[in-house]
Amino acid sequence: MTVTVFVPRDAAALALGADKVAAAIAREIEARGIDARIVRNGSRGMHWLEPLVEVRTEGGRIAYGPVRPGDVPGLFDAGFLTGGAHRLRQGRTKEIPFLARQTRLTFARCGVTDPLSLDDYRHYQGLKGLEKAVSMTPAEIVAAVTDSGLRGRGGAGFPTGIKWNTVLGAVADRKYIVCNADEGDSATFADRMIMEGDPFVLIEGMAIAGIATGATKGFVYIRSEYPHAIATMREAVRIARAAGILGPSVLGSPNAFDMEVRAGAGAYVCGEETSLLNSLEGKRGVVRAKPPLPAIQGLFGKPTVINNVISLASVPVILDRGPQFYKDFGMGRSRGTIPIQIAGNARHTGLFETAFGLSLGEIVYDIAGGTASGRPIKAVQVGGPLGAYFPTTLFDTPFDYEAFAARDGLIGHAGITVFDESADMLRQARFAMEFCAIESCGKCTPCRIGSTRGVETLDKIAAGIQPVKNLELVTDLCNTMKFGSLCALGGFTPYPVMSAITHFPDDFAPRAVPAAAE
Amino acid sequence: MLQTQSTQIEARTRAVIADNIGLEGPLLPILHAIQHEFGYVPAESLPVIANALNISNAETHGVVSFYHDYRREPAGRHVIKVCQAEACQSMGSDAVARRFQELLGIGMHETTHDGRVTLEPVYCLGLCSCAPSAMVDGEVHGRLDDESIAEIVAEARR
Repeated sequence: MTVTVFVPRDAAALALGADKVAAAIAREIEARGIDARIVRNGSRGMHWLEPLVEVRTEGGRIAYGPVRPGDVPGLFDAGFLTGGAHRLRQGRTKEIPFLARQTRLTFARCGVTDPLSLDDYRHYQGLKGLEKAVSMTPAEIVAAVTDSGLRGRGGAGFPTGIKWNTVLGAVADRKYIVCNADEGDSATFADRMIMEGDPFVLIEGMAIAGIATGATKGFVYIRSEYPHAIATMREAVRIARAAGILGPSVLGSPNAFDMEVRAGAGAYVCGEETSLLNSLEGKRGVVRAKPPLPAIQGLFGKPTVINNVISLASVPVILDRGPQFYKDFGMGRSRGTIPIQIAGNARHTGLFETAFGLSLGEIVYDIAGGTASGRPIKAVQVGGPLGAYFPTTLFDTPFDYEAFAARDGLIGHAGITVFDESADMLRQARFAMEFCAIESCGKCTPCRIGSTRGVETLDKIAAGIQPVKNLELVTDLCNTMKFGSLCALGGFTPYPVMSAITHFPDDFAPRAVPAAAE
Repeated sequence: MLQTQSTQIEARTRAVIADNIGLEGPLLPILHAIQHEFGYVPAESLPVIANALNISNAETHGVVSFYHDYRREPAGRHVIKVCQAEACQSMGSDAVARRFQELLGIGMHETTHDGRVTLEPVYCLGLCSCAPSAMVDGEVHGRLDDESIAEIVAEARR
């Protein structure tokens, strides 16, 4: 019988040498005349173990990792094709604690299947949601999404069903579904992983959104820094179209829906929904004032659903298993699951999908296993470059939209960057301002100019120039940016800056300035 | 000679436009294709694009200058993008950037004199779980250390 070996094609695995490992395995298979095939799957999300090679055995899939090309002959010698003992053997994949503790709804297939195999997709419950959707009325689909409690996973947390309902109710000759895959926040890679590891689930989610709202055309706007995701999505769209999942008659129903993959051009601000729409239209990615809401006047002035990748990719399971099933996970007004992305200086980095409600401390210590460097944790930044820095004293904060907001933070796209004690929080605050200055679209003065003044003022504090007065100035500036900017770039840059100042005052205290070198 | 070159750029620009003009909102796809064709977005292309899309020269200029990706002049033969965002910072991306600069003898946004390598910062490659990271001509590299940095530089210089 042909043995199946899985070597991920996810960019994180590739960055750690997965292609070379796959080539080495292919060479050994050839040289030893073994009946085996290699499947390039998505990533399981245990990135500290990548490249994570799996073998399908009678006793289930067995994982080995992290595998280097030089380990491959030894793995064959150890009989890894039948699950043989080896120092890299991690046991049955699904029993690895990091994976066993998760609730995988959106990422159920990611890492399990060949991302571009529709047979695999169907075999693992794919298309069940869309099959249900084609037999439902648009209002019923919207009601299911509303009842599930799903909120926008891009960061704003706006109820997805309410957005869809507005588009459903809007009268127009053409409507659009736009998927925001401009995942620019540091510490986030969930969108990338699902697009590279299970692209059909996003296509299915977008087709359901189209049927629910009467939209016939979809766009996935993917940042140009993700060439692998762009290539995989384009290929998946082509396959889905050939199979009748997309096109004039979705799954043989009277509903038409087709979609296109578009590449961004390196502007962080295009992750903001209205600037993304301008970018798709071929304009500068400048933020638009709201109202009008995109749901009323969005892409090319037409009613538009604009949702994050994970929001749309969570819709198929909601339709398949029912809104109540999804809603039963989570806490408070944060329902369902959230793919938490653990990044930076953590021992166990990767993607951990779980119901809302774990405390930050549980995530950082129990799941991530503390720092990679082994030094104590100083801070974690939650929610990317616009998210707050949390000190360990706030690690009891539960992962929930409202709980984070109550502590002047945000969940954002659920990325967590761990910093050890070597982090200098003044430098981190300065970087937040600098990043805002580089990426500001220029529309709002507080963001465009305030960010540059912020960098200069923080530099003065670092140089010990009137620190008390300048700290007051930064605080005042943050207030102006927060309330005087149209979008989250200018409006949220104060979160990392103010949280650094508030929780780590020692880093902003006058320091002994080294004598000038000149 | 110069005349011929700019006529040639215009002709190739027209061909790229023809391939993409049917798209909804074709400007970004056209600019991406132009950059793919020439390695940068030549100034000579802009009026041709503006004319074809019935927009002003100011508008095409505004769009090209807004996005970080579009180059006004050719890059080096290889482009190394070093991630400088927070997750990579937590794993020492400052030192990584310095190492690349030392080995190449250039600063960020610069190209080596022989035109082989351009060095640029990038703000997140989505490889935050295997930081520090970089991308070389679209190929990704994670958990960079002195050894892998030296390998990347040697490979790019070859």
